[in-house]
Amino acid sequence: MAGITRWGSYLPYNRLERAALGAGKGERTVASYDEDSVSMAVEAARDTVRGGAEIETLVFATTSPPYAEKLNAATIAAALDLPRTVRALELGSSTRMGLGALLAGADTAAAGGRALVIASDVVIGAPGGARESGGGDGAAAFVTGPDSEAVARFVGRASATTEILDVWRLPSDPFAKQWEERFGAETLGPIAVDTATRALKSAGIGPADLKAVVLDGTNARAAAFVPEALRLKPEQLADGLLGSVGRTGAAHVGLVLARVLDRANAGDKILVLCVADGCDALVLEVTPKIASARPVHAVDRWLGSKRGALPYNTYLKWRGILPFEPPRRPEPERPAAPPMKRADHWKYAFVGSRCEACNTGHLPPQRVCVKCAAVDQMREERFADTSCKVATYTLDYLAYTLQPPVVAAIVDYDGGGRLSCELTDVDPKEVKIGNELEMTFRRLYTGQGVHNYFWKARPKR
Amino acid sequence: MASRGIKDRVAIVGMGCTPFGEHWDKGAEDLLVDAATDAYKSAGVGPDQVDAYWLGTMGSGVSGLMLSEALKLDYKPVTRLENMCATGSEAMRNAAYAVASGAYDLVMAIGVEKLKDSGYSGLTGSRPPSDGTDSSMTAPATFSLLAPAYAKKYGVDEATLKQVLARIAWKNHKNGAKNPKAQFRKEVSMEKICQSPSVAGMLGVFDCSGVSDGSAAAVLCRAEDAHKYTDHPIYLKALAFAAGPAEGYFSQDYDFTTFPEVVASSTDAYKQAGVTNPREQISMAEVHDCFTPTELVLMEDMGFSPRGHAWKDEQDGRFDLEGAQPVNPDGGLKSFGHPIGASGLRMMYEMWLQLRGEAGARQIKNPKLGLTHNLGGAPGRCVSFVSIVGNSLG
Repeated sequence: MAGITRWGSYLPYNRLERAALGAGKGERTVASYDEDSVSMAVEAARDTVRGGAEIETLVFATTSPPYAEKLNAATIAAALDLPRTVRALELGSSTRMGLGALLAGADTAAAGGRALVIASDVVIGAPGGARESGGGDGAAAFVTGPDSEAVARFVGRASATTEILDVWRLPSDPFAKQWEERFGAETLGPIAVDTATRALKSAGIGPADLKAVVLDGTNARAAAFVPEALRLKPEQLADGLLGSVGRTGAAHVGLVLARVLDRANAGDKILVLCVADGCDALVLEVTPKIASARPVHAVDRWLGSKRGALPYNTYLKWRGILPFEPPRRPEPERPAAPPMKRADHWKYAFVGSRCEACNTGHLPPQRVCVKCAAVDQMREERFADTSCKVATYTLDYLAYTLQPPVVAAIVDYDGGGRLSCELTDVDPKEVKIGNELEMTFRRLYTGQGVHNYFWKARPKR
Repeated sequence: MASRGIKDRVAIVGMGCTPFGEHWDKGAEDLLVDAATDAYKSAGVGPDQVDAYWLGTMGSGVSGLMLSEALKLDYKPVTRLENMCATGSEAMRNAAYAVASGAYDLVMAIGVEKLKDSGYSGLTGSRPPSDGTDSSMTAPATFSLLAPAYAKKYGVDEATLKQVLARIAWKNHKNGAKNPKAQFRKEVSMEKICQSPSVAGMLGVFDCSGVSDGSAAAVLCRAEDAHKYTDHPIYLKALAFAAGPAEGYFSQDYDFTTFPEVVASSTDAYKQAGVTNPREQISMAEVHDCFTPTELVLMEDMGFSPRGHAWKDEQDGRFDLEGAQPVNPDGGLKSFGHPIGASGLRMMYEMWLQLRGEAGARQIKNPKLGLTHNLGGAPGRCVSFVSIVGNSLG
């Protein structure tokens, strides 16, 4: 037997109101211009591996991979400072693969290993369409491990895989299409019911035993077959976060589950179901260990930390859907492979150095100490989770950015160390000297077809 | 640590300077030919008589070949060098040591920059292949950090400081209006300066020096040979340079109200020249006013004003052309323009004119010692050059 041992989530800072799209009420989450499915995956998983974790397998699921061919999971592993010997699995092509990844993590744990499972997506749609207004951006992360450490044990499951033209997108197309939902519902609805029934049977429980049901899928009508067939009560259905977040692609089923776990109690039984090109279902039973495992950054905390009313044309600019007039500044150059490899511990894991002779912190890491001039007497130190603050800052209206002005800060780290760093997820008018900050993993830009990842600082969320 | 100086051992005997500005019709080679020709003429020599060259440019060409090919030199040594915005002064510094050493008798230092071919706003730098983690702050952003830091440390409210910075720009434009070679030759009102669009932090467009094209050159020889070329040479009393360890970018102790590199280089320069009271003994100075708060802080780093007092001195007009200690009489980087490789030599060109009584409408009365200061990089991580010159020995 095995289970989930830790979990985490991430929602970006910005919100686009559906009213701005003429598409009804509520808002959707929008990844910043400097975020993608990899950077959000790192943010969701950070708390789950804090303090070092014996992760042997990393499973990453997304339908919006930053690279179509290059192991995106490797970037995530580097940023989380996972062991170099970790096995990586990267799943995609259907939003059901978020739950598929969790099932793969369950298999790893059942075989005696530990897996870090992350699902993350940036969801776009053709302007004016349902996918755009109904979508959201976000990520969820789970660590799977042995029964003895589980906060939620895997007690049952079932799957079905069905060839159907429901949602589809060619690699060369920016926007996915969907056949009319009524058709998809007719096939997928009964499959969802059948899968749910088999999963509950494998767990040895009935619908009435369920405390929470996570229902997700590409076809809302199909998913709606399940509560009716199982005669579920409204209070059993987990809030699908469609009004406040939007459907976050492969991450969504995990995001809704994370929120359920944020408030779950020992003994709760949870059915997790995702309907897309078939169906996956998972049954969990919460253990008493849950009380001491709740992440600091719960889903509701991310939900409440936001900047609303993102202008629609800013959203279109950030996602590259409209080609805006560029400024008279050079296009960024691609970062070079050898320097990136030499500096990979600094660049991805934010590891600086500290002088053993005089204890001065250095960002980036140095060989010669700036204070005592000792040579090669440094030890590595990871600053990613170190508290920091604004020593001074300026608003740069000249630098090229998709969200002018650039907030350029000199950031001082508790315990020593300083870095000239961009601030993100911040209102320029509210920056003050002394503001407390935390570091966040971002995609700075893409230069000549190569993504450039590094860290920025943001006000504590 | 030894920095013995070569006071009074080297003289400048000829100088040339092109107008600075947007020279769409001239390439870098054209500007080099213009400046060199003027310098040869000024020294009364031909190319055959110059033994060696130091060419300063940041990004407008590589190798000494850039100069030897443009001037069709007769297989003479040409060193190409760069030290960011202090490049022009660096060319002169190295040329001076070479002629002082006795290896050569007559040398030329020449700087050039062609910034207006790129089509970009502001300065852009080309860097070697990198890991993508370098700070991406623009030049105005890095220097804009000086202003709030200065205001906070010395208890000056930001509105007053903004006025002081504007007055520095106003002063330099006023001086540039008297200078036929400057890029911007109109006086600009305080109102216009204060209302200009924001560039970074407290800095508006008029707080930033001009992006321009230009070239300047100097002919140098040992002091004892100066009379062969001119009756009115100027003598180098000090050449100092400091390259910092970038302490400001690592140490939390750095507060953005000073340039330790400027303090180090000016202290060394004063020692070389025997100057004990810069505020009284330096008659005039050309300093690196890339941005208005830079000039403010430099006044204190170089000892022209006591710490925390430069803003008052600026307000009182001490550094105006008619003031007690004129700073940037030729308009400075602000209105003369800043073609990177040429600026340090352009500063020396004004000292040359002033010390020889040839500065026309800008002439300062009886200047004794002039100072040029040239800086490259950013507050907290920079290089700084200081020279001191005079028109008599001793």
